[in-house]
Amino acid sequence: MKSKYFLFVWMLGVFCFALLYPIPFIPALGDKARVLYFHVPTAWVTVLAFLLSMVYSVQYLRKKDILYDYKAASAAGLGLLFCILATVTGAVWAKFNWGAFWNWDPRQTSIFLLLLIYGAYFALRSATESEETRAKLSSVYAVLAFITVPFFMFILPRIVESLHPDPIINESGKINMDRSMLMIFIASLAGFTWLFIWMLRIKIRLAKIELSELD
Amino acid sequence: MWKQALAICKKDFRSEIRTRYSINGLIMFIIVTISIIKFSLGEEKLSNELHAGLLWIIIFFSNSSGLSRVFVAEEDRGTSFVLKLTASPKSVFLGKLIFNTTLSFVINLFVVLLFLVTMDVKIASFGPFMLIIVLGNFGLSSVMTIIAALISKSNSKGSLYPVLSFPLLLPLLLSTINGTWLSFEGSGITELLSEVQIIVSYTIVIITASFLLFDIIWNE
Repeated sequence: MKSKYFLFVWMLGVFCFALLYPIPFIPALGDKARVLYFHVPTAWVTVLAFLLSMVYSVQYLRKKDILYDYKAASAAGLGLLFCILATVTGAVWAKFNWGAFWNWDPRQTSIFLLLLIYGAYFALRSATESEETRAKLSSVYAVLAFITVPFFMFILPRIVESLHPDPIINESGKINMDRSMLMIFIASLAGFTWLFIWMLRIKIRLAKIELSELD
Repeated sequence: MWKQALAICKKDFRSEIRTRYSINGLIMFIIVTISIIKFSLGEEKLSNELHAGLLWIIIFFSNSSGLSRVFVAEEDRGTSFVLKLTASPKSVFLGKLIFNTTLSFVINLFVVLLFLVTMDVKIASFGPFMLIIVLGNFGLSSVMTIIAALISKSNSKGSLYPVLSFPLLLPLLLSTINGTWLSFEGSGITELLSEVQIIVSYTIVIITASFLLFDIIWNE
């Protein structure tokens, strides 16, 4: 119970450091590089939530326990939230660095695809009344969506060159970051992941209460 | 399995030929769509890239207005229970897949014909163009069939169909649009090889997953 206060203090610290601590000079980015502390962790949580949702969906299909469906939907719901956050932070950064909020960079296209999948998933869920049918249909859809995503890794790089800055761990496998930046970045990554897990656990607890009331 | 599947497919064809329920509507849908595009374009000249995109937009929406019927009609008529009793899920899916692929082939052929007649587009290499259309047709109909099975069990059967199928189809559509554009420009088969690889592997993955997942949807 007390852990949430600790999480609050941790995130507060991360935000203060991320916004105020001086960062080293980076060509063509400068202070705009600070978006890294927020954009990358939210994007990471989006992918994590997508993965978790698919794992819970498979679990549901194997065990037919309705709780897994609640878990999958909770993970997907939080994933959608973080996906929107990652898209918005990315778009704002793109406005100041590339000159437009949206220009169909491969990275933007792939996050747009994730938004579409999450949107379709919830559209399907709200269009089905019976609880068991809803669980089955949405799990099947989650699995189907998950297996089509890898094709993007082959298609997207060929369409246009990406202008997106290097991933944190670049092609040579080295972490190309200043020491103080790296510390803040890792703290932020840990903080956002923790925030996600904390929110997910609350949602799952709520689902359990709803289930026990139904019985 | 094949025998049952072919019997189901034959049944669907027979009921389609007797009622002409989807095909009449679909033909009108395609004509209306192409005339809207013609009216809005006027005398405008389009680039090959835009033509390729337009062609696949028409194909996608005409398929998504017709292919859901195979499963939705079974639910509406209440005949799905009888089908469940008489045939195994795998042969039901295979039969519906064959039917949908054929229907989609007819739709696409009609779209392409009408498109080539009405639009001012020259195809530099015809063989590769047809290859992309036919392979794309297989991928499209396999995704559309499993999504049709999904939405036939949900409450809203119409509007959800393109919404659910589009995210899954996006990788396929991007490579077919690219392939079509290249064939308009006159690329040979070797330049299209990577597109063909993606389309074929995508179709195989989708069909395999559909066969595994269809049991769960069908026996709810």
